[in-house]
Order: sequence, then C-alpha cells, then structure tokens
Amino acid sequence: MELFWYIILIMMLAIYVILDGYDFGAGIIHLFFAKNEKDKKAITNAIGPFWDANEVWLIASGGVLFFAFPTLYASSFSGFYLPLMMILWLLIFRAIGLELRGQIHNHLWESLWDKAFGIASLLLALFFGIALGNIVRGVNLGMVTNGVSTQEAHYFFLPLWNPSFSPHAEHLGIIDWFTILLGIIGVVALTIHGANWIIFKTNSELNLKLKTVVYRLNLILLLLVIISILIWHIIDPKPFRNFLDMPWLWIFPIITITGLTGLFRINQFKKDGLGFLFSSLFLFGGITTTVASIFPALLPSTNKINPDLTLYNMAADHYGLSVGMNWFIVAAILVIIYFIIQYKVFKGKMDNIGYGEH
Amino acid sequence: MEDMLFYDRMQFAFTITFHYLFPQLTMGLSLMIVYFKWKFLKTDNSHYNDAAKFWMKIFALNFAMGVVTGIPMEFQFGTNWAKFSELTGGIIGQTLAMEGMFSFFLESSFLGLFLFGEKLLGHKLHFITGFLVFLGSWASGFLIIATHSWMQHPVGYEILENGKFVLNNFSALFSNPWLWPSYLHNQAASLVTSSFVVSAIGAFYLLNKKHASFGRLFVKTGVVFGLISTVIVAFPTGDLVAKNVVKHQPVTFAAMEGIFETEDGGSEIVLIGQPNMLDKKLDNKIAVPNILSFLTYQKWDAQIKGLNEFDKDIYPTNVPGLYYAYHIMVGLGTIFIGLMTFANFQLFRRKLYETKWILWSLLFMLPFPYIANTTGWYTAELGRQPWLVYNLLRTSAGASPTVSSGNTLFTLLGFIGLYLLLGLLFLILAGKIINQGPSTENH
Repeated sequence: MELFWYIILIMMLAIYVILDGYDFGAGIIHLFFAKNEKDKKAITNAIGPFWDANEVWLIASGGVLFFAFPTLYASSFSGFYLPLMMILWLLIFRAIGLELRGQIHNHLWESLWDKAFGIASLLLALFFGIALGNIVRGVNLGMVTNGVSTQEAHYFFLPLWNPSFSPHAEHLGIIDWFTILLGIIGVVALTIHGANWIIFKTNSELNLKLKTVVYRLNLILLLLVIISILIWHIIDPKPFRNFLDMPWLWIFPIITITGLTGLFRINQFKKDGLGFLFSSLFLFGGITTTVASIFPALLPSTNKINPDLTLYNMAADHYGLSVGMNWFIVAAILVIIYFIIQYKVFKGKMDNIGYGEH
Repeated sequence: MEDMLFYDRMQFAFTITFHYLFPQLTMGLSLMIVYFKWKFLKTDNSHYNDAAKFWMKIFALNFAMGVVTGIPMEFQFGTNWAKFSELTGGIIGQTLAMEGMFSFFLESSFLGLFLFGEKLLGHKLHFITGFLVFLGSWASGFLIIATHSWMQHPVGYEILENGKFVLNNFSALFSNPWLWPSYLHNQAASLVTSSFVVSAIGAFYLLNKKHASFGRLFVKTGVVFGLISTVIVAFPTGDLVAKNVVKHQPVTFAAMEGIFETEDGGSEIVLIGQPNMLDKKLDNKIAVPNILSFLTYQKWDAQIKGLNEFDKDIYPTNVPGLYYAYHIMVGLGTIFIGLMTFANFQLFRRKLYETKWILWSLLFMLPFPYIANTTGWYTAELGRQPWLVYNLLRTSAGASPTVSSGNTLFTLLGFIGLYLLLGLLFLILAGKIINQGPSTENH
C-alpha cells in the first residue's frame, strides 16, 4: 500500500517536472533568446493555455504527499521553510508575468513582466534542481549537535547556506556546491526541454536557432551529468548499491541515457515533437534514477543517530491509504480524460491562439 | 515561543484573508457567467454573449489571483503548522488531496478552453466548458469546507497512542452535520459577493451614462441573484450554522453574541455594544429582550449559557474580535437584504433604472460583501480558537517546531509586500477592464 502511493507520488512529481518544466524552459528561452515581439508571442502562445493546468500537478502532488506521507510532508516542508516560500513567491511572479503582460499595451509594462516571467522561470529551474540535490544528499534529521538530537528524530531546519558551502558540514545549508551542481543541471535540462516544446508547438522563426541551442546545451548537459556521476560517491559512499541489489532498476538510467543521446540528432528529426519526447525521457529518467538510488528512503539522514525517512516509516495508516485508492483511481481517470481533451483542442501549432490579447 | 505562534497565526490569517477575496467572487461569478451564456443559447440574443464575455475577463483576472495566492495556503500547512499536519494529515490530507485531484484539474483544464476556445469549440461546447469551470470551483469550495468542518467538529477518527489522528470512517467526513449548512452558507455568501459586484458595475454604467444597455442587464441580473442569495445566506443556511455552534460550541456562541451572564427568563439579542473583558460585561449596550432565545430555540424564555459559566481556558482566544466579526457580518447581511428588497420592488415596478438612490447605494455597497464574507470566516475561525481541532488539539500544539520566529516574520513581511503589489495591480487592471466596458460584436 505504501509502495503504491510512493510510486504515485514519484510519478506525479515527474509529470509535474516534465509539464511545468517546459514552461520554465520556455521562460528561460524567452529571457535569453527572444529578440522581438514575434518571438515572444510565439513562446507565450505555446505555453499560455497550459501553464496553469501544469502547475496543478505541483499542488496535487503536494496534496498526495500530505495525505499519504503526512509526517514527511510536515518534516520536509517545515525543514525547507525558506526555499519553499521563495519558490511560492517565484511561482507568483512567473504567473503574473505571463498573465498581466498583455493587459496594458506599453513597452515598459511589457518588458517589466517579460523580465519577471523570464527571471522567475530561471530561478525556479535552479531551485528545483537544488531541491533534488538536497533530497539525495539528505539532511541532519533531529538537528544533531555533538552527538545529541535537539529536535524530534524527524524534524530539522536548513538555512539557505552555511559559510563553507560544503555538503559535509554538520549543519548543512540548502545551497552547497553539490546542490548547486544539480541546480545548474536543472537549468540546462529545462532550457533544452523548453526549447523543444517551442519547436514542437510553433512555427516560430526562432526554431532553427533553437535547434542549435539544444544541440550545444546538450553537450554541456552530458558533461555535467558525467561530473555529477563521478562525484556522487562524495555524498553517498555506496551510490550504486540499489542498482547492484536490484538490477531491474537499470531501466531508469537507460531511459536517461536514451533521452540524452537521442537529442544529439535534433537536426535530423523529421517530426518536431521528437525533441520534446527525448528531453521528457531524460527528465523522467533523471528523476527516477535519483530517487531509485536512495530507495526506500525519501529523505536520508546525514547523522548516525536518527534513521532515514522512508516510505515505510512516514506513511499514513492503512485504512486511510486504502480508502484513498478508490477515489484516487476515479480522479486519475478523469484527469487523463481532461488531459486528452485539452491537448486535442490545442493540438498542433499554436501560433495563432492569441494568448494574452485583450 | 509566544512570538512564533503569533507570527504563524498572523501569516496564515493574512494570506488566507487576501486569498479569499478572489475565490468568493469567482465561485459566484462562474454561476452568473454560465447563466448569461445559457440565456444566449436560449434566446440567440448576442447581448447575453457579450455580457458573458465581459465577465469572463473579470473572472480570468480574479481566477489568476486566486490561483497564485492559493498555493501558499496548501504549503503553509506543512511549513508553518507541521505538528498539526503530522498529527492530522491522515484525515485532512484526504480532503485536501481530493481537492487537488478532483477540482483543480477540472478547473484548470477547462479554464484554458473556456477562455481561449470559443472559436475552436462553438457556443454549445463553450457553454459546457464554462459549466465545468463552475463545477470545479464549487467542488473546491466543498472539499475545503469539508476540511474546515472536520476541524470544527471532528468525526470518523480515532486517536492513537502517539497522538496521531487516524481515519476510521471515510464517509463520515461528508455526512458531518457541520458540513452541509456551512457549505451552503458559504456558497450563498459567495453568490452575494458576485451579485453585488455585477449590480455595482451595472449601476456604475447607468450612472455614468456609458454602456447603458449592459448597465440595465447587469443591475437587473445582479439584484435578482442578490435578493435570492442574501435571503438564503441568512435563512435557512445562516440559521443552521448558528444552531450547530450552539449545540457543539456553546462557549463560542456566548462569545459571538456577547452574552456574559446566563439569564433565566431568556436571553436578549445584542445589536450594539463593546465587550469589556475586565468587568465581564458589555459597555454601551443596545439589546432587544428575549429575541436570542427565540431565534435559537424557538422559545422566548429558553436558557442560553453565558460566558461566565465556562472555564476560562476554553474561551475563544479573542472574544471581542469574535464578537465584532460576527456582529459586522450579521449587520451587513441585514442591510443587504433590505437594499435588495427595495431594488427588486423597484425592478418589479419598472422604475429601478431611474431610481438614483438605489443605483448609488448598489455602487457604494461594492466592498461590503467582501467585508461580510471575511468577517464571516473570522467568526468561524476565531470561534474555533484556542483549538485547531475542536476540543482535541490546541493551536499552540500545532506549529512547526523548528521554524524560528525570525524566519516566519521574514516571510510574513515578504507576503505583505508581495500581496500589496498584487492588490494594486489587480485594482489597476480590474479598473481598466471595467472602464473599457463590454464590447459589442456581430455574430
């Protein structure tokens, strides 16, 4: 039962990253590569009708986390208090940047909200990468100081950084050189992903240039991924133990590699949607591989006194979880139906949708 | 420790108050837009479609504000109220997760189609997408109030040795006697807000002699919806909610009504007065004898327990705040019914559009349903204090153990600044849409 909800939760988070990820990526492309009004229009048309529904996956994942693993929800949300609040603020700026831009036709107004949308998207991509870094690195559960827990075993609090920026410090920070590396991977991967979405959904003049951008960024991404694999043992002394114990888990790294290498053929793709498919595979594989490497933990402990938070010691009681399965299956079927309708209506290129025109 | 709890409460109160300014309009307005669109399909009079399109612009702006200020609400359960979430997540997590799965997906998927899909879909399908958006927003309200009702009147649970609440009866969450009266009361109140907003904008157009044909349509629709909803808010729904409070939270009821002493011959209803917590009495009181006993129990001399009969440590934390919130809500509600009755009377006599004082009153009333809705929620929430889960879990036991007051104050200040900006932008843009007015299109 716990395992069912664990898989649901990871799937929902992965879908969130794939869907809202292209919005963040489109925002980053908008910030750095959109030079004229036509480019900007093309980008906002491509994500305008979707971003809100995409963001719901975050809210729904949060809801499922709360419901299925309440203790983990309580512990991690209070422990990561500051970055979560900042993510909320950035999500607000992303949303109002997109929604308010077209309301007044004045170039100062428009460029203000363009920047708000672009910078918020960039920082969100960075923060979500850093978040993943924090989860695999683990935290000082129970806030152990000099061998003694100062809080209940599953509570902690992390400041934004500690002066050493080291992932080995007794009192860790959100941002250290390891989590920053994952943050940068997040930015690069989502930029590629967003570019692929724009290529997929528009006939923009930008598309040709974006294919080159995807190719070059993919080289950088490959390099960063190799570096991260090489240094992974620094935060986890036995990084591959799960993959040795359960060889079928290799499916996830294989998906990651397929996505990553497939994208090098971006200029030969006949269909515009293929690039998006490959970057989605990379994101899905990247998230599942990372999560699989710490399984069954959801948040590892960096001290020896308090145990990891796992899907077994964090789950809600059996009755609640099993009754929840009934309504969840009904809801999931409905969500799939909405999703198909939405993408059927807005299928193909979206250049003429007129998003944000009033 | 005291500071920490104070900032946690302030942040939740501030962010939820600001957030609920938007959904209270969108829930009611979505129904009214569906009505306009339905009238258009039935009569083929494009005037109704133009009206629907105009309100969709206002709706979209409000909806966006509601979404961006809503996400912080879900996060704060974990960030600021971790202990509460840990102990009760197995129960309130059900209804909150259901809200995400059943209503947010529905709303967000069809809102995009509703706002951008008129040409792609044709009018009939467009109407259906509007209806689904309405359905999603009302489902969201339902699941939030189911959560709220469980906190007010916990059902279907057991408490484990480690203090955790676990669910043992799922359907009890939805047959909770607290749920249905509160839900209908709240939805009617949301329709009050949208009716007043629609009629106020209509009155503005008539008084300003611009878009006069839309002005008439908006005033007419607004006051008809307004009369129905203002009456339903008071009776039966408000009455049923109050009876729940008397039955399950008598100390809260005494504080709300400003009753300090138990009176043997029946209790008076207080219209005006200031609670004096030092001398335990009301200052400058104006009251009507025996009415409260009658309204509560339908008996003139029924006994109602005064505050003095209860132990001080179960008093609502802020008795005067609770008393004022309740009295402002009830006072405004009474004024609303009066104004809407006059307006409908004049509408019936076909003189409404020329009766200037009613048009001015409708325009002037624009902010007051927001105040009534807000104070109504304050009544419910201050009334539940000092508990998070009534009689079972105290608010002081629910806050996050590791988040220091300095961090909470930092984010509270951040929210205040950010929301002031949002509020300002909202007013500018709503003002612009209203000033532009509905546009007439040929079909």
